[in-house]
Amino acid sequence: MCRRAIKLLFFSVVLGIPALALAQPAAPDAQAATQAQITALQQAVKAAQTASANAQSAGDNAWMLTSAALVLLMTGPGLALFYGGLVRKKNILGTMMQSFAMMGIVTILWAICGYSLAFGHGNLFIGGFEHLFLRGVSLTPNPVYAATIPEQTYMIYQLMFAIITPALITGAFAERMKFSGMAIFLSLWSLLVYCPMAHMVWGVGGLLNASGGRIPSLDFAGGTVVHITSGVSALVCCLYLGKRIGYPHTKMQPHSMVLSFIGACLLWVGWFGFNSGSALNAGPLATSAFINTHFAAAAAAIGWTIAEWIHNGKPTALGAISGAVAGLVAITPASGFVQPMSALAIGALAGFFCFFMVFIVKSTFGYDDSLDAFGVHGAGGTLGALLTGLFATKAINAAFGAGVGTGALDGHWGQILNQAIGVAIAWSISIVGTLVLLFAVDKLVGLRLSAEDEAAGLDISQHDEEGYDLNS
Amino acid sequence: MLKIEAILQPSKLDAVKDALLEAGIEGMTILEARGHGRQKGHTEFYRGREYTVDLLPKVKIELVINEDQKENTLQAIIGTARTGRIGDGKIFISHIDDAIRIRNDERGEAAI
Repeated sequence: MCRRAIKLLFFSVVLGIPALALAQPAAPDAQAATQAQITALQQAVKAAQTASANAQSAGDNAWMLTSAALVLLMTGPGLALFYGGLVRKKNILGTMMQSFAMMGIVTILWAICGYSLAFGHGNLFIGGFEHLFLRGVSLTPNPVYAATIPEQTYMIYQLMFAIITPALITGAFAERMKFSGMAIFLSLWSLLVYCPMAHMVWGVGGLLNASGGRIPSLDFAGGTVVHITSGVSALVCCLYLGKRIGYPHTKMQPHSMVLSFIGACLLWVGWFGFNSGSALNAGPLATSAFINTHFAAAAAAIGWTIAEWIHNGKPTALGAISGAVAGLVAITPASGFVQPMSALAIGALAGFFCFFMVFIVKSTFGYDDSLDAFGVHGAGGTLGALLTGLFATKAINAAFGAGVGTGALDGHWGQILNQAIGVAIAWSISIVGTLVLLFAVDKLVGLRLSAEDEAAGLDISQHDEEGYDLNS
Repeated sequence: MLKIEAILQPSKLDAVKDALLEAGIEGMTILEARGHGRQKGHTEFYRGREYTVDLLPKVKIELVINEDQKENTLQAIIGTARTGRIGDGKIFISHIDDAIRIRNDERGEAAI
């Protein structure tokens, strides 16, 4: 780059002198020579522009491929370890397999039709079929979504979101769902709940799309698309399936806080790809999202810990890591729209709020959201989506055009209403879609383990394996 | 011959083992165990849910000794394992009819 710029400067000076001479009447020979020099100059400028664009594309693509890998890291091993440690040891492999299965199944579905349903041209609610089997998804950029990276990079990056979203739901029905029922339910869920929601928020022509949608709703990295859909569906799942046998009287404490701890820390790191990558380039907006992500996680970890310390008398490791995840969830929709100090506020609020949902609301109503997928993702996602409308500012992201306010901090109070509509739609599609699918799959293959299998654990009953055999 | 079974706090194992070696006891078997006496476990909290853990981790030392080593042995164990708090453990003593060294058929006190 630098060498090209110097070359360009050299050309300009050398060619500039004869160009000045143009002002004087010149012989036809001299004119022709000057014309040739101008052409050469134009070519040099064009070459420099191409080189510059290639360099930007290479830089953006490097960050986006890295981000895609980071988001996959969130599912396996991140979420698999986080959830795996929280269940009893007879269920660890079954629980980890539920996340891992999504890495396989959703990938195939995405290649066949998922990407098309989410990001193809369709109507307000769902994409079309033009990209079935990834037809037309090439190695050149699709400026509708990201102008500087190959569309295939965009496709694979979005796939990683589609993988983790159904995997998050598994926390609600932990320790009691058949592998077959789980696999069919979550496959259908990914096509019939996730894809429409992703299309509405991010797809071209989507109802809630921030740039040009009917109800422009801000969701930088998936607060509604990922966390509300998974969290609310999780609540529906645990209500539909019922409690685990013996809940809440039997001891069901986490079998390995160490695994959960490692998993939560991997989630935190992977979240940099999730949020910062959602800038879809490696520019300053990615930096802003990166910092907001980190700040919110830290503030929420401390918020939850303080709340727990006051409420229960001791700060716990599980509280601290749960708080961090709650903060990461809440900052997700806001990460590319808010100032760092707002991120601290969003994080702290999420830490307190999710603590309240998990400690107070869950025990008051008595549902068995086993690993708190709703209490953290549903509640944190809803809070985050609404706070995005409050804290979003054009100083970070002029999403609605230069000079136009983004959120309530800019005086654009109507955005909070738009956010609320986005939240309401995400809740509705999750409740209805999940209920219908659960009912259908229950009739088809059954969802709930037999009492015998539940007592034996997922590992033996579903996979004929054991997670730990320390005598072998 | 006597069998000494001592149930101890896991954290005291190393100190007790050293004290027994110093007292001239050469062989021992150590088992990892779980259990409770009158102390009845403790409570743990996970996301606000309270669990009572009534079987606590313990170690059990088994020794077979000559009768004349009895007081030395008990002194070594009690002297190092006692903290004065509930949960320090217990010692059980019983008589052994015979002992056999599998390698060479030695019997009785020669085998221990």
